[in-house]
Amino acid sequence: MSSIAATETTIATPQTKVIQPAWVRVMHWINAVAMILMIMSGWQIYNASPLFDFRFDRSITLGGWLGGALLWHFAAMWLLMLNGLAYLVTGLATGRFRRKLLPVSPAAVIADVKAALTFKLSHGDLTVYNAVQKLLYLGIILVGIVVVLSGLSIWKPVQLHWLVMLFGDYPAARYVHFVCMALICAFLVIHILLALLVPKSLRAMIIGR
Amino acid sequence: MAKRPFLIPGVDKRLLIKDSIKAMPDLTRRRFITGGASLGALTLLTGCDVVDGDTAEELLKKVSKFNDAVQSWMFNPDALAPTFPESAITKPFPFNAYYTLDEAPEIDAADWKLEVRGLVDNKKSWTLDELHALPQVKQITRHICVEGWSAIGSWTGTPLRDFLKLIGADTRAKYVWFNCADSQGYNSPLDMRTALHPQTQMTFKFADQILPRAYGYPMKIRVPTKLGFKNPKYVVAMEVTNDYKGGYWEDQGYNSFSGS
Repeated sequence: MSSIAATETTIATPQTKVIQPAWVRVMHWINAVAMILMIMSGWQIYNASPLFDFRFDRSITLGGWLGGALLWHFAAMWLLMLNGLAYLVTGLATGRFRRKLLPVSPAAVIADVKAALTFKLSHGDLTVYNAVQKLLYLGIILVGIVVVLSGLSIWKPVQLHWLVMLFGDYPAARYVHFVCMALICAFLVIHILLALLVPKSLRAMIIGR
Repeated sequence: MAKRPFLIPGVDKRLLIKDSIKAMPDLTRRRFITGGASLGALTLLTGCDVVDGDTAEELLKKVSKFNDAVQSWMFNPDALAPTFPESAITKPFPFNAYYTLDEAPEIDAADWKLEVRGLVDNKKSWTLDELHALPQVKQITRHICVEGWSAIGSWTGTPLRDFLKLIGADTRAKYVWFNCADSQGYNSPLDMRTALHPQTQMTFKFADQILPRAYGYPMKIRVPTKLGFKNPKYVVAMEVTNDYKGGYWEDQGYNSFSGS
């Protein structure tokens, strides 16, 4: 009995178990680079005709001027879209999304938020996401889809007019695109902060274990 | 068209383009270098040297060429830009150029002629009266600027494809290249499929009035399937050609197809 239990413990130890498979790690870091390129060049593009009463400081933008930023934005978009599409297809096909992100209930989210705020949320097993993680990861995938669709609408408002209609009209699609960017930035802040608070999660995203 | 004074004094742009591929990176490099500070931050994040000049820049230009091809493939010659009711017209409609309104060309119709060049049967120049006598149509469409803003305007004029037919243009040619009257010699190439699009128009009126100076008197080319900078104002010449002759903004790095 005791020897069997010992074996099971060894198998379950994080050190020997792959937490993040290689395809997740590769796509995660490609997405990280693509997102940063898109956001920084997007800020420069925004500055050419701001939607709100502020501009992004030049030191945090990419491209130098509108033309340069557009070159970056419309190059990095391929990286973002193709990688994102591959991620969605693989995530659905392998059942990883269903396995890791579902089910998620409001009650579970509330309970886990409470636990997190009172520092009682466990990160013992990185292979299992808590309800807050599930919600955030599902949410950011959705935001990622909407940011691409609204971006395509702004890029091709005549050829993809049917897509623009989804957001109302061209100006509305610009606002949607901006709000998605803001949500991604907010996610990034939390995401990076938590990765730093639980360094083994960062290690898992690099070496898999 | 967007605000951004550029062009180096004393450099003849056409000669520069002739020297072409070699000379053009210099124009754009400056822009990339000004972005160096922020790129530095990115380099730290990604660990790769994206600034190291020519490589990143050449790659970006190649992708932009690839994007021209993708957009050309996506372009549906029958897809019409949405049209709007009169009530949707943006008032006042913005003036936007790399110069101020005071510096905009002031053209006297008596001195003005539209020059027609290149692969056309009839190379006769056209006076404004002759052009005004052609059948005209009105359309209310959204003008979308490369900067992101947009405005709805009402444009009246002759469909460019009718005019091309009238002058016996070789519509198998690749481009119609437009030249403008402003001091820096604005110009822009339009791919033939877009030139033949039913909504592409030689515009003589804005909001039912003779085109005011701000919007390109005496003639602008209104292309609702392109970004604003591909809608040249103060047009003085058009050339039907198979050669890519570049354009004011295109040469500085704006994507050449820039279709919407």
